Amino acid sequence: MDYHWNWGIFFVQVQNGDETYLDWLINGFGWTVAVSVSAWIIALSLGSVIGTLRTTTRPWVVMLGNTWVECFRNVPLLVQMLLWFFVVPELLPKDLSMWVKQDMPAKEFITATLCLGLFTSARIAEQVRAGIQSLPRGQHYAGMAMGFTTPQTYRYVLLPMAFRIIIPPLTSEFMSVFKNSSVAFAISVLELTFVSRQMQEDSEQGIETYVAVTALYFLCAFIANRVMSFIDKRTRVPGYVSAK
Amino acid sequence: MIEISHVNKHYGAFQVLTDCSTTVAKGEVIVVCGPSGSGKSTLIKTVNGLEPFQSGTIMVDGISVGAPSTDMPKLRARVGMVFQNFELFPHMSITENLTIGQIKVLNRSKEEAMATGLKLLDRVGLKAQAAKFPGQLSGGQQQRVAIARALSMNPICMLFDEPTSALDPEMVNEVLDVMVELAHEGMTMMCVTHEMGFARKVANRVIFMDQGHIIEDATKDDFFGTPRGERAQQFLSKILSH
Repeated sequence: MDYHWNWGIFFVQVQNGDETYLDWLINGFGWTVAVSVSAWIIALSLGSVIGTLRTTTRPWVVMLGNTWVECFRNVPLLVQMLLWFFVVPELLPKDLSMWVKQDMPAKEFITATLCLGLFTSARIAEQVRAGIQSLPRGQHYAGMAMGFTTPQTYRYVLLPMAFRIIIPPLTSEFMSVFKNSSVAFAISVLELTFVSRQMQEDSEQGIETYVAVTALYFLCAFIANRVMSFIDKRTRVPGYVSAK
Repeated sequence: MIEISHVNKHYGAFQVLTDCSTTVAKGEVIVVCGPSGSGKSTLIKTVNGLEPFQSGTIMVDGISVGAPSTDMPKLRARVGMVFQNFELFPHMSITENLTIGQIKVLNRSKEEAMATGLKLLDRVGLKAQAAKFPGQLSGGQQQRVAIARALSMNPICMLFDEPTSALDPEMVNEVLDVMVELAHEGMTMMCVTHEMGFARKVANRVIFMDQGHIIEDATKDDFFGTPRGERAQQFLSKILSH
Protein backbone atom coordinates (compact mmCIF):
# COMPACT_ATOMS: atom_id res chain seq x y z
CA MET A 1 0.00 0.00 0.00
CA ASP A 2 1.46 3.26 -1.11
CA TYR A 3 -0.09 5.55 1.46
CA HIS A 4 1.61 8.42 3.14
CA TRP A 5 0.65 8.12 6.82
CA ASN A 6 0.50 11.29 8.87
CA TRP A 7 -1.15 11.02 12.26
CA GLY A 8 0.00 14.53 13.03
CA ILE A 9 -2.44 15.85 10.43
CA PHE A 10 -4.97 16.85 13.09
CA PHE A 11 -2.66 19.57 14.36
CA VAL A 12 -1.87 20.94 10.91
CA GLN A 13 -3.55 24.15 9.77
CA VAL A 14 -6.24 23.83 7.12
CA GLN A 15 -5.44 25.13 3.66
CA ASN A 16 -7.36 28.40 3.73
CA GLY A 17 -7.66 29.50 7.32
CA ASP A 18 -5.91 29.59 10.64
CA GLU A 19 -7.74 26.67 12.30
CA THR A 20 -6.34 23.16 12.57
CA TYR A 21 -8.14 20.04 11.32
CA LEU A 22 -8.75 19.16 14.96
CA ASP A 23 -10.73 22.38 15.31
CA TRP A 24 -12.89 21.25 12.40
CA LEU A 25 -13.49 17.87 13.97
CA ILE A 26 -14.33 19.36 17.35
CA ASN A 27 -16.76 21.74 15.68
CA GLY A 28 -18.35 18.93 13.71
CA PHE A 29 -18.59 16.82 16.82
CA GLY A 30 -20.35 19.71 18.57
CA TRP A 31 -22.96 19.98 15.80
CA THR A 32 -23.46 16.21 15.81
CA VAL A 33 -24.14 16.27 19.54
CA ALA A 34 -26.37 19.34 19.21
CA VAL A 35 -28.50 17.84 16.42
CA SER A 36 -28.71 14.44 18.13
CA VAL A 37 -29.58 15.63 21.61
CA SER A 38 -32.17 18.16 20.36
CA ALA A 39 -33.69 15.55 18.07
CA TRP A 40 -33.77 13.05 20.95
CA ILE A 41 -35.67 15.52 23.15
CA ILE A 42 -38.23 16.10 20.40
CA ALA A 43 -38.46 12.38 19.67
CA LEU A 44 -38.87 11.28 23.26
CA SER A 45 -41.55 13.82 24.16
CA LEU A 46 -43.53 13.50 20.95
CA GLY A 47 -43.07 9.73 20.71
CA SER A 48 -44.30 9.25 24.27
CA VAL A 49 -47.44 11.29 23.62
CA ILE A 50 -48.22 9.59 20.31
CA GLY A 51 -47.42 6.12 21.62
CA THR A 52 -49.74 6.72 24.57
CA LEU A 53 -52.55 8.03 22.35
CA ARG A 54 -52.33 4.86 20.27
CA THR A 55 -53.39 2.80 23.28
CA THR A 56 -56.51 4.85 24.05
CA THR A 57 -60.04 3.77 23.18
CA ARG A 58 -60.89 6.60 20.79
CA PRO A 59 -60.64 5.19 17.25
CA TRP A 60 -59.83 8.51 15.54
CA VAL A 61 -57.05 9.28 18.01
CA VAL A 62 -55.58 5.82 17.48
CA MET A 63 -55.83 6.28 13.71
CA LEU A 64 -54.06 9.63 13.92
CA GLY A 65 -51.22 8.03 15.88
CA ASN A 66 -50.98 5.09 13.50
CA THR A 67 -50.84 7.40 10.49
CA TRP A 68 -48.04 9.38 12.11
CA VAL A 69 -46.01 6.26 12.73
CA GLU A 70 -46.56 4.84 9.25
CA CYS A 71 -45.62 8.11 7.52
CA PHE A 72 -42.32 8.55 9.32
CA ARG A 73 -41.34 4.91 9.43
CA ASN A 74 -41.94 4.02 5.81
CA VAL A 75 -39.81 6.68 4.10
CA PRO A 76 -35.99 6.57 4.21
CA LEU A 77 -34.43 9.11 6.55
CA LEU A 78 -32.24 10.58 3.81
CA VAL A 79 -35.29 11.20 1.62
CA GLN A 80 -37.11 12.75 4.57
CA MET A 81 -34.16 15.04 5.18
CA LEU A 82 -34.27 16.26 1.56
CA LEU A 83 -38.06 16.61 1.66
CA TRP A 84 -37.95 18.81 4.76
CA PHE A 85 -35.20 20.94 3.30
CA PHE A 86 -36.28 21.35 -0.32
CA VAL A 87 -40.00 20.54 -0.49
CA VAL A 88 -41.67 21.53 2.77
CA PRO A 89 -40.65 25.23 2.58
CA GLU A 90 -42.31 25.44 -0.85
CA LEU A 91 -45.61 24.21 0.59
CA LEU A 92 -45.78 26.91 3.28
CA PRO A 93 -47.82 30.11 2.89
CA LYS A 94 -45.93 32.64 0.73
CA ASP A 95 -44.57 34.96 3.43
CA LEU A 96 -43.55 32.15 5.72
CA SER A 97 -42.00 30.31 2.81
CA MET A 98 -39.84 33.32 1.93
CA TRP A 99 -38.79 33.75 5.53
CA VAL A 100 -37.82 30.10 5.92
CA LYS A 101 -35.81 30.10 2.70
CA GLN A 102 -34.00 33.41 3.25
CA ASP A 103 -34.02 34.63 6.82
CA MET A 104 -34.55 31.71 9.17
CA PRO A 105 -31.51 31.48 11.46
CA ALA A 106 -29.64 28.18 11.60
CA LYS A 107 -31.90 26.86 8.87
CA GLU A 108 -29.96 23.66 8.23
CA PHE A 109 -29.65 22.85 11.91
CA ILE A 110 -33.36 23.38 12.63
CA THR A 111 -34.46 21.40 9.60
CA ALA A 112 -32.17 18.48 10.38
CA THR A 113 -33.13 18.42 14.06
CA LEU A 114 -36.84 18.54 13.26
CA CYS A 115 -36.53 15.83 10.61
CA LEU A 116 -34.48 13.48 12.78
CA GLY A 117 -36.70 14.22 15.79
CA LEU A 118 -39.94 13.41 13.99
CA PHE A 119 -38.46 10.33 12.30
CA THR A 120 -37.29 8.98 15.65
CA SER A 121 -40.54 9.95 17.39
CA ALA A 122 -42.41 7.49 15.18
CA ARG A 123 -40.11 4.70 16.26
CA ILE A 124 -40.38 5.65 19.93
CA ALA A 125 -44.17 5.89 19.63
CA GLU A 126 -44.16 2.30 18.45
CA GLN A 127 -42.06 1.18 21.41
CA VAL A 128 -44.13 3.12 23.93
CA ARG A 129 -47.31 1.57 22.52
CA ALA A 130 -45.83 -1.91 22.76
CA GLY A 131 -44.62 -1.22 26.30
CA ILE A 132 -48.04 -0.11 27.50
CA GLN A 133 -49.79 -3.00 25.78
CA SER A 134 -47.41 -5.51 27.31
CA LEU A 135 -48.72 -4.65 30.78
CA PRO A 136 -51.44 -6.89 32.20
CA ARG A 137 -54.92 -5.51 31.56
CA GLY A 138 -55.54 -5.78 35.30
CA GLN A 139 -53.10 -2.92 35.93
CA HIS A 140 -55.35 -0.60 33.97
CA TYR A 141 -58.37 -1.92 35.85
CA ALA A 142 -56.59 -1.48 39.18
CA GLY A 143 -55.76 2.13 38.41
CA MET A 144 -59.32 2.88 37.35
CA ALA A 145 -60.72 1.05 40.39
CA MET A 146 -58.65 3.30 42.67
CA GLY A 147 -60.61 6.22 41.32
CA PHE A 148 -57.87 7.47 38.99
CA THR A 149 -58.98 9.28 35.87
CA THR A 150 -57.62 7.90 32.61
CA PRO A 151 -54.71 10.41 32.51
CA GLN A 152 -53.90 9.61 36.15
CA THR A 153 -53.96 5.88 35.39
CA TYR A 154 -51.39 6.44 32.64
CA ARG A 155 -49.31 8.82 34.73
CA TYR A 156 -49.09 6.78 37.93
CA VAL A 157 -49.69 3.19 36.87
CA LEU A 158 -49.06 2.39 33.21
CA LEU A 159 -46.31 4.71 31.96
CA PRO A 160 -43.85 4.22 34.85
CA MET A 161 -43.82 0.47 34.17
CA ALA A 162 -44.04 0.76 30.38
CA PHE A 163 -40.95 3.00 30.24
CA ARG A 164 -39.00 0.63 32.46
CA ILE A 165 -39.89 -2.26 30.19
CA ILE A 166 -38.82 -0.47 27.00
CA ILE A 167 -35.44 0.77 28.25
CA PRO A 168 -33.56 -1.81 26.10
CA PRO A 169 -35.15 -0.77 22.77
CA LEU A 170 -34.98 2.89 23.82
CA THR A 171 -31.25 2.42 24.37
CA SER A 172 -30.69 1.33 20.78
CA GLU A 173 -32.90 4.19 19.65
CA PHE A 174 -30.83 6.71 21.59
CA MET A 175 -27.66 5.27 20.04
CA SER A 176 -29.29 5.36 16.59
CA VAL A 177 -30.04 9.06 16.89
CA PHE A 178 -26.33 9.84 17.06
CA LYS A 179 -25.57 7.57 14.15
CA ASN A 180 -28.53 8.76 12.07
CA SER A 181 -27.55 12.39 12.60
CA SER A 182 -24.83 11.80 9.99
CA VAL A 183 -27.55 12.00 7.34
CA ALA A 184 -27.76 15.74 8.08
CA PHE A 185 -24.63 16.21 5.98
CA ALA A 186 -26.93 15.94 2.95
CA ILE A 187 -28.41 19.35 3.75
CA SER A 188 -25.04 20.84 4.66
CA VAL A 189 -25.21 20.81 8.43
CA LEU A 190 -21.56 21.17 9.47
CA GLU A 191 -21.67 18.02 11.57
CA LEU A 192 -19.07 15.31 11.87
CA THR A 193 -19.72 13.49 8.59
CA PHE A 194 -19.81 16.74 6.61
CA VAL A 195 -16.60 17.92 8.23
CA SER A 196 -14.86 14.61 7.64
CA ARG A 197 -15.52 14.77 3.92
CA GLN A 198 -14.23 18.32 3.93
CA MET A 199 -11.13 17.29 5.86
CA GLN A 200 -10.46 14.32 3.61
CA GLU A 201 -10.50 16.51 0.51
CA ASP A 202 -8.56 19.32 2.13
CA SER A 203 -5.86 17.21 3.76
CA GLU A 204 -5.81 14.18 1.48
CA GLN A 205 -5.39 12.04 4.62
CA GLY A 206 -8.56 9.96 4.23
CA ILE A 207 -7.68 7.08 6.53
CA GLU A 208 -6.66 9.23 9.49
CA THR A 209 -9.76 11.35 9.00
CA TYR A 210 -12.22 8.48 8.97
CA VAL A 211 -10.52 6.63 11.80
CA ALA A 212 -10.95 9.74 13.95
CA VAL A 213 -14.57 10.20 12.87
CA THR A 214 -15.36 6.54 13.49
CA ALA A 215 -13.91 6.82 16.97
CA LEU A 216 -15.98 9.91 17.72
CA TYR A 217 -19.25 8.28 16.59
CA PHE A 218 -18.34 5.20 18.57
CA LEU A 219 -17.77 7.36 21.62
CA CYS A 220 -21.19 9.04 21.25
CA ALA A 221 -23.06 5.77 20.92
CA PHE A 222 -21.05 4.25 23.73
CA ILE A 223 -21.85 7.12 26.10
CA ALA A 224 -25.51 6.96 25.09
CA ASN A 225 -25.50 3.28 25.95
CA ARG A 226 -23.84 3.91 29.35
CA VAL A 227 -26.30 6.68 30.19
CA MET A 228 -29.24 4.40 29.46
CA SER A 229 -27.88 1.49 31.45
CA PHE A 230 -27.30 3.86 34.37
CA ILE A 231 -30.98 4.89 34.15
CA ASP A 232 -31.94 1.22 33.88
CA LYS A 233 -30.10 0.41 37.09
CA ARG A 234 -31.47 3.41 38.96
CA THR A 235 -35.09 2.65 38.05
CA ARG A 236 -34.96 -1.12 38.47
CA VAL A 237 -37.87 -2.38 40.56
CA PRO A 238 -36.86 -4.62 43.47
CA GLY A 239 -38.24 -8.12 43.13
CA TYR A 240 -39.92 -7.45 39.80
CA VAL A 241 -39.73 -10.30 37.34
CA SER A 242 -40.52 -9.06 33.87
CA ALA A 243 -41.65 -12.44 32.56
CA LYS A 244 -44.98 -12.42 34.30
CA MET B 1 -76.31 -0.39 48.32
CA ILE B 2 -75.88 -2.17 44.97
CA GLU B 3 -78.88 -2.68 42.70
CA ILE B 4 -78.33 -4.55 39.46
CA SER B 5 -81.39 -4.69 37.26
CA HIS B 6 -81.85 -6.36 33.89
CA VAL B 7 -78.24 -5.96 32.83
CA ASN B 8 -77.32 -7.25 29.38
CA LYS B 9 -73.85 -7.26 27.91
CA HIS B 10 -72.57 -8.68 24.68
CA TYR B 11 -69.41 -8.60 22.60
CA GLY B 12 -70.78 -8.51 19.07
CA ALA B 13 -73.10 -11.48 18.79
CA PHE B 14 -71.73 -13.15 21.91
CA GLN B 15 -73.96 -12.57 24.92
CA VAL B 16 -71.90 -12.40 28.11
CA LEU B 17 -74.60 -11.31 30.55
CA THR B 18 -78.30 -11.91 30.04
CA ASP B 19 -80.91 -10.06 32.05
CA CYS B 20 -78.96 -10.14 35.31
CA SER B 21 -80.71 -8.70 38.35
CA THR B 22 -79.83 -8.78 42.02
CA THR B 23 -79.28 -6.50 44.96
CA VAL B 24 -76.77 -6.21 47.74
CA ALA B 25 -78.06 -4.45 50.83
CA LYS B 26 -75.86 -2.44 53.16
CA GLY B 27 -73.83 -4.80 55.35
CA GLU B 28 -74.65 -7.85 53.26
CA VAL B 29 -72.09 -10.32 51.97
CA ILE B 30 -72.96 -11.91 48.65
CA VAL B 31 -70.96 -14.74 47.12
CA VAL B 32 -71.13 -15.18 43.35
CA CYS B 33 -70.08 -18.56 41.99
CA GLY B 34 -70.38 -20.55 38.81
CA PRO B 35 -68.30 -22.37 36.22
CA SER B 36 -65.61 -20.48 34.34
CA GLY B 37 -67.00 -18.43 31.49
CA SER B 38 -70.29 -18.01 33.30
CA GLY B 39 -69.93 -14.22 33.39
CA LYS B 40 -69.38 -13.80 37.11
CA SER B 41 -66.16 -11.81 36.76
CA THR B 42 -67.74 -9.68 34.08
CA LEU B 43 -70.77 -9.05 36.28
CA ILE B 44 -68.68 -7.85 39.20
CA LYS B 45 -66.66 -5.57 36.89
CA THR B 46 -69.83 -3.92 35.64
CA VAL B 47 -70.64 -2.84 39.19
CA ASN B 48 -67.88 -0.22 39.23
CA GLY B 49 -68.02 0.33 35.50
CA LEU B 50 -64.74 -1.36 34.58
CA GLU B 51 -66.79 -3.28 32.02
CA PRO B 52 -69.48 -1.34 30.17
CA PHE B 53 -72.86 -2.93 29.53
CA GLN B 54 -75.43 -2.37 26.79
CA SER B 55 -78.72 -2.29 28.65
CA GLY B 56 -80.17 -2.37 32.13
CA THR B 57 -79.12 -0.26 35.10
CA ILE B 58 -76.76 -0.61 38.02
CA MET B 59 -77.12 1.72 40.98
CA VAL B 60 -74.39 2.01 43.59
CA ASP B 61 -75.42 4.04 46.62
CA GLY B 62 -78.14 5.62 44.47
CA ILE B 63 -75.76 6.62 41.67
CA SER B 64 -76.25 5.18 38.21
CA VAL B 65 -73.12 3.39 36.94
CA GLY B 66 -72.10 4.35 33.43
CA ALA B 67 -74.67 7.12 33.05
CA PRO B 68 -73.22 10.06 31.11
CA SER B 69 -73.80 12.39 34.06
CA THR B 70 -71.99 10.13 36.54
CA ASP B 71 -68.45 11.01 37.56
CA MET B 72 -67.11 7.47 37.28
CA PRO B 73 -63.66 8.04 38.85
CA LYS B 74 -65.36 9.58 41.85
CA LEU B 75 -67.75 6.66 42.15
CA ARG B 76 -64.98 4.07 41.68
CA ALA B 77 -62.96 5.72 44.42
CA ARG B 78 -65.79 4.83 46.82
CA VAL B 79 -65.96 1.19 45.72
CA GLY B 80 -63.04 -0.99 46.77
CA MET B 81 -61.94 -3.72 44.40
CA VAL B 82 -59.62 -6.69 44.82
CA PHE B 83 -58.41 -8.64 41.79
CA GLN B 84 -57.46 -12.21 41.10
CA ASN B 85 -53.86 -11.25 40.26
CA PHE B 86 -53.55 -8.67 43.06
CA GLU B 87 -52.58 -5.89 40.64
CA LEU B 88 -50.46 -4.00 43.10
CA PHE B 89 -48.43 -1.33 41.34
CA PRO B 90 -45.06 -3.11 40.97
CA HIS B 91 -42.88 0.01 40.77
CA MET B 92 -44.18 1.40 44.06
CA SER B 93 -43.23 0.28 47.54
CA ILE B 94 -45.96 -1.22 49.72
CA THR B 95 -46.50 2.11 51.49
CA GLU B 96 -46.68 3.96 48.18
CA ASN B 97 -49.27 1.46 46.99
CA LEU B 98 -51.27 2.18 50.12
CA THR B 99 -51.02 5.96 49.94
CA ILE B 100 -51.10 6.94 46.27
CA GLY B 101 -54.87 6.76 45.93
CA GLN B 102 -55.46 8.63 49.16
CA ILE B 103 -53.07 11.40 48.10
CA LYS B 104 -53.97 11.73 44.42
CA VAL B 105 -57.69 10.96 44.54
CA LEU B 106 -58.86 11.85 48.05
CA ASN B 107 -56.37 14.74 48.39
CA ARG B 108 -55.22 13.62 51.80
CA SER B 109 -51.91 14.91 53.14
CA LYS B 110 -48.92 12.60 52.92
CA GLU B 111 -48.78 12.22 56.70
CA GLU B 112 -52.47 11.41 56.97
CA ALA B 113 -52.28 8.92 54.10
CA MET B 114 -49.23 7.28 55.61
CA ALA B 115 -50.92 6.95 59.01
CA THR B 116 -54.01 5.35 57.45
CA GLY B 117 -51.89 3.09 55.25
CA LEU B 118 -49.71 1.81 58.07
CA LYS B 119 -52.72 1.20 60.29
CA LEU B 120 -54.31 -0.96 57.60
CA LEU B 121 -51.05 -2.72 56.89
CA ASP B 122 -50.82 -3.60 60.56
CA ARG B 123 -54.38 -4.85 60.43
CA VAL B 124 -53.57 -7.34 57.65
CA GLY B 125 -50.49 -8.36 59.60
CA LEU B 126 -47.84 -6.97 57.29
CA LYS B 127 -46.45 -3.95 59.07
CA ALA B 128 -42.92 -5.35 58.78
CA GLN B 129 -43.15 -5.33 54.97
CA ALA B 130 -43.91 -1.61 54.62
CA ALA B 131 -40.69 -0.70 52.81
CA LYS B 132 -40.68 -3.67 50.45
CA PHE B 133 -41.91 -3.86 46.89
CA PRO B 134 -44.77 -6.11 45.69
CA GLY B 135 -42.38 -8.43 43.85
CA GLN B 136 -40.68 -9.22 47.15
CA LEU B 137 -43.84 -10.51 48.82
CA SER B 138 -45.62 -13.85 48.50
CA GLY B 139 -48.93 -14.04 46.68
CA GLY B 140 -50.91 -14.20 49.90
CA GLN B 141 -49.08 -11.18 51.28
CA GLN B 142 -49.62 -9.25 48.07
CA GLN B 143 -53.32 -9.97 48.16
CA ARG B 144 -53.56 -8.80 51.77
CA VAL B 145 -51.80 -5.58 50.77
CA ALA B 146 -54.28 -5.26 47.89
CA ILE B 147 -57.16 -5.54 50.36
CA ALA B 148 -55.52 -2.93 52.59
CA ARG B 149 -55.02 -0.69 49.56
CA ALA B 150 -58.71 -0.91 48.69
CA LEU B 151 -59.66 -0.19 52.32
CA SER B 152 -57.35 2.85 52.42
CA MET B 153 -59.91 4.68 50.29
CA ASN B 154 -62.64 4.17 52.94
CA PRO B 155 -64.93 2.35 50.50
CA ILE B 156 -68.67 2.06 51.02
CA CYS B 157 -68.53 -1.51 49.68
CA MET B 158 -65.97 -4.00 48.43
CA LEU B 159 -65.84 -6.11 45.28
CA PHE B 160 -63.70 -9.24 45.24
CA ASP B 161 -62.96 -10.86 41.89
CA GLU B 162 -61.69 -14.38 42.64
CA PRO B 163 -59.27 -13.11 45.29
CA THR B 164 -57.82 -16.53 46.12
CA SER B 165 -57.79 -18.25 42.71
CA ALA B 166 -54.22 -17.27 41.87
CA LEU B 167 -52.84 -18.27 45.26
CA ASP B 168 -50.95 -21.34 46.35
CA PRO B 169 -53.25 -23.43 48.55
CA GLU B 170 -51.37 -22.71 51.76
CA MET B 171 -51.89 -18.98 51.28
CA VAL B 172 -55.62 -19.05 50.68
CA ASN B 173 -56.56 -18.95 54.34
CA GLU B 174 -54.52 -15.89 55.28
CA VAL B 175 -56.49 -13.96 52.67
CA LEU B 176 -59.85 -15.49 53.57
CA ASP B 177 -59.26 -14.67 57.24
CA VAL B 178 -58.90 -11.00 56.37
CA MET B 179 -62.10 -11.17 54.33
CA VAL B 180 -64.03 -12.93 57.08
CA GLU B 181 -62.93 -10.30 59.57
CA LEU B 182 -64.03 -7.60 57.18
CA ALA B 183 -67.43 -9.26 56.80
CA HIS B 184 -67.86 -9.47 60.55
CA GLU B 185 -67.19 -5.75 60.80
CA GLY B 186 -70.21 -5.15 58.62
CA MET B 187 -68.56 -4.30 55.29
CA THR B 188 -70.86 -4.66 52.31
CA MET B 189 -69.19 -7.22 50.08
CA MET B 190 -69.75 -8.85 46.73
CA CYS B 191 -67.33 -11.74 46.22
CA VAL B 192 -66.75 -13.87 43.17
CA THR B 193 -65.20 -16.97 44.68
CA HIS B 194 -65.30 -20.74 44.74
CA GLU B 195 -64.42 -20.84 48.42
CA MET B 196 -67.61 -22.43 49.70
CA GLY B 197 -66.21 -22.56 53.23
CA PHE B 198 -66.03 -18.78 53.14
CA ALA B 199 -69.57 -18.63 51.77
CA ARG B 200 -70.86 -20.87 54.55
CA LYS B 201 -69.12 -18.80 57.17
CA VAL B 202 -70.11 -15.26 56.23
CA ALA B 203 -72.34 -15.06 53.16
CA ASN B 204 -75.90 -13.81 53.46
CA ARG B 205 -76.77 -14.97 49.97
CA VAL B 206 -75.19 -17.03 47.25
CA ILE B 207 -75.65 -16.32 43.56
CA PHE B 208 -75.01 -19.05 41.03
CA MET B 209 -74.34 -18.06 37.45
CA ASP B 210 -74.13 -20.10 34.27
CA GLN B 211 -73.70 -18.91 30.69
CA GLY B 212 -74.38 -15.29 31.57
CA HIS B 213 -77.57 -15.98 33.50
CA ILE B 214 -78.16 -15.67 37.21
CA ILE B 215 -79.66 -19.11 37.84
CA GLU B 216 -79.84 -19.16 41.60
CA ASP B 217 -80.04 -16.24 43.99
CA ALA B 218 -80.73 -17.81 47.35
CA THR B 219 -79.96 -17.37 51.02
CA LYS B 220 -76.93 -19.31 52.16
CA ASP B 221 -79.01 -21.92 53.95
CA ASP B 222 -81.29 -22.50 50.99
CA PHE B 223 -78.38 -22.67 48.59
CA PHE B 224 -76.40 -25.23 50.54
CA GLY B 225 -79.52 -27.02 51.73
CA THR B 226 -81.47 -27.57 48.57
CA PRO B 227 -80.29 -25.76 45.47
CA ARG B 228 -83.27 -25.65 43.17
CA GLY B 229 -81.63 -26.00 39.80
CA GLU B 230 -79.94 -29.09 38.51
CA ARG B 231 -76.94 -27.14 37.20
CA ALA B 232 -76.23 -25.61 40.60
CA GLN B 233 -76.46 -29.08 42.17
CA GLN B 234 -73.99 -30.48 39.68
CA PHE B 235 -71.64 -27.53 40.21
CA LEU B 236 -71.82 -27.83 43.98
CA SER B 237 -71.21 -31.56 43.97
CA LYS B 238 -68.17 -31.04 41.78
CA ILE B 239 -66.51 -28.36 43.89
CA LEU B 240 -67.49 -29.78 47.27
CA SER B 241 -66.48 -33.36 46.55
CA HIS B 242 -62.74 -32.79 46.58
